[in-house]
Amino acid sequence: MLRLPPFRYYAPRSLEEALRILSDHGSQARIVAGGTDLYPKMKRRQIEPAVLVSVRRIPELAHLAGTGREGVTLGASLTLARVLAQDELVLAYPALARAFAMVAHPPVRSMGTVGGNLCVDTRCTYYDQTFFWREALGFCLKKDGTTCPVAPGGTRCWAVSSSDGAPVMIALGARLRLVGPRGERTIAAEEFYRDDGIRYLDKEPEEILVEVLLPPQEDWKSTYWKLRRRGSVDFPVLGVAVALRMESGWCREARIVLGAVGSCPKRIREAETLLEGNRLEPDVIAAVAHVVARSVRPLKNTDFLHLYRKKMASVFTQRALRELAGASLMDEASAC
Amino acid sequence: MEKQLITLKVNGELHTLAVPVFKTLLEVLREDLSLTGTKHGCELGECGACTVLVDGEPVLSCLVLPIELQGREVLTIEGLMEGGRPHPLQRAFAETGAAQCGYCTPGVLLSAKALLDRKPAPTRREIAEALSGNLCRCTGYLQILEAVERAAAQMRDVRSAATTDGR
Amino acid sequence: MSGFNVIGKPWPKVDALPKCTGETRYADDLHFPRMLYAKILRSPHAHARIRRIDVSRAQAVPGVHVVLTGRDLPTRFGILPVSQDEEALCVEKVRFVGDPVAAVAAVDEWTAEEALRLIEVEYEPLPALLTMEQALAESSVRIHEYGDGPNIHKLVSLEFGEVAEGFAQADYVREDIFFYAGSTHLPLEQHAAVAHYGPDGRLTLWSSTQTPHYVHRALAKVLGLPPHRIRVIAMPVGGGFGGKSDPFSHEIVVAKLALLTGRPVKITLTREEVFYVHRGRHPVLLWIKTGVRRDGTITAMHVRSFLDGGAYGSYGVATTYYTGALQTVTYKIPRYKFEGVRVFTNKPPCGPKRGHGTPQPRFALEVHLDKIAEDLGLDPIQMRRRQIVEAPSLTVNWLRISSCGLRACIDRVVEASGFREKFRRLPFGRGVGFACSAYLSGAGLPIYWNDMPHSGVQIKIDREGGVTVFCGSADIGQGSDSILAYIVAEILGILPEDVRVVTADTDLTPVDLGSYSSRVTVMAGNAAVEAAERLRRLLFRAAAERLDVPEDQLLARERRIFDQADPERGLDFAEAVQLAEARFGTLGAVGSYKPPKAPGRYKGAGVGPSPSYSYSACVAQVRVDPETGFVQVEKIWIAHDVGRAINPRLVEGQIHGSVYMGLGEALMEEHTFHSRLGVHTAPSMLDYKSPTPLEMPEVECFLIETEDPNGPFGAKEAGQGPLLPIPPAIANAVYDAIGVRIDEIPITPEKVLKGLEDKARGGSGRVGPTSIPSLTWPEPIRVEPPPEWRSSGDLT
Ligand SMILES: Cc1cc2nc3c(=O)[nH]c(=O)nc-3n(C[C@H](O)[C@H](O)[C@H](O)COP(=O)(O)OP(=O)(O)OC[C@H]3O[C@@H](n4cnc5c(N)ncnc54)[C@H](O)[C@@H]3O)c2cc1C
Ligand code: SF4
Ligand code: FES
Ligand code: FES
Repeated sequence: MLRLPPFRYYAPRSLEEALRILSDHGSQARIVAGGTDLYPKMKRRQIEPAVLVSVRRIPELAHLAGTGREGVTLGASLTLARVLAQDELVLAYPALARAFAMVAHPPVRSMGTVGGNLCVDTRCTYYDQTFFWREALGFCLKKDGTTCPVAPGGTRCWAVSSSDGAPVMIALGARLRLVGPRGERTIAAEEFYRDDGIRYLDKEPEEILVEVLLPPQEDWKSTYWKLRRRGSVDFPVLGVAVALRMESGWCREARIVLGAVGSCPKRIREAETLLEGNRLEPDVIAAVAHVVARSVRPLKNTDFLHLYRKKMASVFTQRALRELAGASLMDEASAC
Repeated sequence: MEKQLITLKVNGELHTLAVPVFKTLLEVLREDLSLTGTKHGCELGECGACTVLVDGEPVLSCLVLPIELQGREVLTIEGLMEGGRPHPLQRAFAETGAAQCGYCTPGVLLSAKALLDRKPAPTRREIAEALSGNLCRCTGYLQILEAVERAAAQMRDVRSAATTDGR
Repeated sequence: MSGFNVIGKPWPKVDALPKCTGETRYADDLHFPRMLYAKILRSPHAHARIRRIDVSRAQAVPGVHVVLTGRDLPTRFGILPVSQDEEALCVEKVRFVGDPVAAVAAVDEWTAEEALRLIEVEYEPLPALLTMEQALAESSVRIHEYGDGPNIHKLVSLEFGEVAEGFAQADYVREDIFFYAGSTHLPLEQHAAVAHYGPDGRLTLWSSTQTPHYVHRALAKVLGLPPHRIRVIAMPVGGGFGGKSDPFSHEIVVAKLALLTGRPVKITLTREEVFYVHRGRHPVLLWIKTGVRRDGTITAMHVRSFLDGGAYGSYGVATTYYTGALQTVTYKIPRYKFEGVRVFTNKPPCGPKRGHGTPQPRFALEVHLDKIAEDLGLDPIQMRRRQIVEAPSLTVNWLRISSCGLRACIDRVVEASGFREKFRRLPFGRGVGFACSAYLSGAGLPIYWNDMPHSGVQIKIDREGGVTVFCGSADIGQGSDSILAYIVAEILGILPEDVRVVTADTDLTPVDLGSYSSRVTVMAGNAAVEAAERLRRLLFRAAAERLDVPEDQLLARERRIFDQADPERGLDFAEAVQLAEARFGTLGAVGSYKPPKAPGRYKGAGVGPSPSYSYSACVAQVRVDPETGFVQVEKIWIAHDVGRAINPRLVEGQIHGSVYMGLGEALMEEHTFHSRLGVHTAPSMLDYKSPTPLEMPEVECFLIETEDPNGPFGAKEAGQGPLLPIPPAIANAVYDAIGVRIDEIPITPEKVLKGLEDKARGGSGRVGPTSIPSLTWPEPIRVEPPPEWRSSGDLT
């Protein structure tokens, strides 16, 4: 039986208390919500906090309010299943619903939270392994080691941002409210992520993600396409989130964000510019997909060959755009 | 190892236990409560063998701590029988051959129960989706899907019989 | 159904309900007072010499009881007498990442884990040989000292009839090379074992094993205890598929720890360790050459297989032969040559996985035949159907075919699937593929050569009519306990629920060799038939006297024994039992089974013979996404000649499970290793891809009953054979869908796209291996074919 290493556990009932415990223990402490990402990593001794601070009992984090028309506030400790049970929300933010509905598998969705999903640790075939395994292969930069077998000779970690929610939040223009020892701030989801496999969040360890603010949807259409080997269980090894503001067939504003092809979700502005002011015609879609694929550089540290993932970045972008253009892609959808 | 006193409600019974806080529900069920019906195949959230229900929702017992379940109700396979009689799902599984080695079966049954409680007449696709976190290496799933359909039909019959009686 | 009461009906399994209520206890569910927990330290090196092990710091950890190293268990063991090459804990050398090196017994797993980290092992790394090519080329580095050559575990070369002559007669000769990747069983239950050494000087081991009898032997050998002081109990197994058929290091280690501590000791492997103990599908590179006449009639076949065996022998010698043995069992092959080599590499040892050594050549053969049919413009079904083996007959390599329903299997699936209307006619991206296969119903020879039965059954009966059946067989989920109950209930005229089955306990049950090679239904079944019939004779004799009816006029059914001519005239079963006990004393009976003597008389003739062969035919329909390369199997039609379905529902369950496992192997399952360090790259249930319910296609099953003369009630196997046609049927369907040949299992999206791109550039679109290692094969053992093959050269 793989077991958790010993730790102390706190379940504060207020943000203040949580912040106090977190700052008391400094780098020893770690926030936990559903634990579906953290506990496996602790069992594999990838993360070894002495203190866990659960955010599940803090009322502010369980907030759920608003509608697609006026915008929605999602508390960070809501489970994915809880969010998916909100019919109105599912209709208003289809990309988000798709992404959450494709996270892992049903039990993980009833345990895992929105906040945990957005803060999910980056992944890498050389890192998401047991202590024994990592020792056998040689420890890497991200934990216990000094080199990176993915890009030998380099000094940075290329572990992969593997959240389904993250690229979608960026595409939807969500904002995140964080509370830390130095007060509160609300930032665009895009600013939350850093292109670094180790320090992948722009967040102090003691900072708590309190809620996600989803902007009103009105003229926006959105979708999310995910590549994984099986229809369930698997993390994304490519995610394409697209949100478009359409006006009578013309794209006025576009956000195209790729997940799981780098250490952070990647917004492809060049592709967005190509779309803006255009109709979703086949040649436009093809050009956009080309730019998207050219802009991403997946490495050999997830399932599937990296070049295949790059190719799929183009295919999935086309499919996402064709879907938003109205083509029925039911057949193709079943392939991912 | 430092232990902590926790209370845990399992299958309707309240237990007070002194356990290390870092012992997962899976370990506590199996090792402290001798409820070995809950199985494990990975302890990392990847196989579904350890699925139990918490307040009716499927939860992986290998990734949850008893202390996180204060005030909540845990249902394990041992609690699925109703009044000493097998639950319709259990009966359907036994009759259909849905349990070959039986190792995935407790987890599958609980995921299926969560589904049927929420959705009494699911399609085959919906059943497959609901069970898509419960890996089975023996059955190829088909007799499992059939068993869930069978149980669902039976439970609907019983329910509609009950409402007709009520009239 | 032909006058049976129990046979042929979909009874629930005798152990079904307890499995659904959580009551069934598997090995890891056992718990004893004072129990200690064991953990094993494993090698982080693929190949290294152990210079020094210092356990003093581990020993000093409070709560640690014993620390073991290889020196405490130096005797070697292994499943086959010819490959006793394993050590419970490595003594001088480690041979793969995960090889066991030391073990700890402690009060809990945390403490044991902590102690493991404090064991200091000094290794001297040796060059790691990770591919067959490396292992064959680097003869100066040797993984083992024994074998048929440097890093060659086994070399086989057999020729039945003159193949050269056969090729000369052919109008067309085709050669192909295929690769079938290694995969693992991934049983949901991780191996576990508990040992206890009692004050009476007896050792008991409860284990998740398919082969308690062989574990018993290995324990006696390594521990140096007399076998009668060892009791091995196979607990209900949470999935085996061949992965729990070897005696394992951890079983010996807990036994030794129990001996030393006098306390019960438990070990449960982690999922990662299960990947290391492995014994899964051998990666096989296979070259095949076939000569045919214009109409597709085979004149000769030559097969060369290269098995990547991993670090130890396991069943490998048998596997090597199996990659060559069963090609002849489906189609008439008048001249046949087989050369096989199993190579040692520094990876987890391969062994028997569902279909043991036969899915790889079957994949090759069925795709190869599909290509030949296309080359010659022949209908692939008709070409196969025309040359199906006869029953009874002997194949060119002396295998005895007692029954064969392959023709009926083919007809059923071809008709049901609408194959003829679909083949080469579906739109681009969709396709159908066809394949056949055969498998054995139990190995004809025991692992340790002897003249004793392969399976024994003992029946005891109590005065109220309750019947208990004792048999050494292990139920691994396939339902073998239930089969025993059905057979005994049928013969005694009672119901399955009246029968209690006690199995797989070396103290209580007569020997059965184990749940491997699909042998249990046929062998334990036949033993049960014999025992039950003997018992029924006693009951009939007593009843005949009381009823004054001739014995041969009596019938037993529905818990009664009665006069066929006058059914009113009869006794309750329990009454008959009491009469018989009064008349003959305590009732009981034994039965046993030994397969018919194999007719082959050449070295290597021991692998392949079986009391009977099951047959399958399959049509797969796929949809291939040409942009992503994803292959979705839409539907499988499969017909299986099971001889007789003792319980059709269980047979269907076995077929579904086989289809599932074949699907996983065909599309995604693969054992992969770091190319330099030999570390398994995906030792988890997340990274090793096992299909979920969402990948499983609809399956339509047809059971073909041929009533085999050697089977109990005519039954043959169903647990492994139906896996075999799945990968080739899918591969052939992919070709039909997109015109690209993927001659390599698994057929991944990357390979599909590679094939399509190659084709778009004007290439053939084929993806697969293009060469085989050069190897000097020994002179073949030339075997005279059976007389019928000698006279006419080719029988058509
Ligand atoms: C088998 C398996 C498959 C999975 N597949 C997917 C998948 O397909 N897609 C996917 O996106 N994820 C997947 N996951 C990861 C994970 O389960 C989900 O992302 C889940 O939503 C994480 O939420 P959690 O509450 O369980 O996170 P936790 O494990 O509790 O936390 C994750 C991280 O976030 C931090 N954190 C949590 N809450 C906060 C907060 N409020 N403020 C600041 N920091 C916080 C924690 O410190 C931790 O580092 C999978 C997990 C498993 C075990
Ligand atoms: S990218 Fe390199 S440093 Fe980062 S986790 Fe992977 S192996 Fe380690
Ligand atoms: S044991 Fe919990 S998911 Fe596998
Ligand atoms: S019945 Fe064996 S794993 Fe599902």
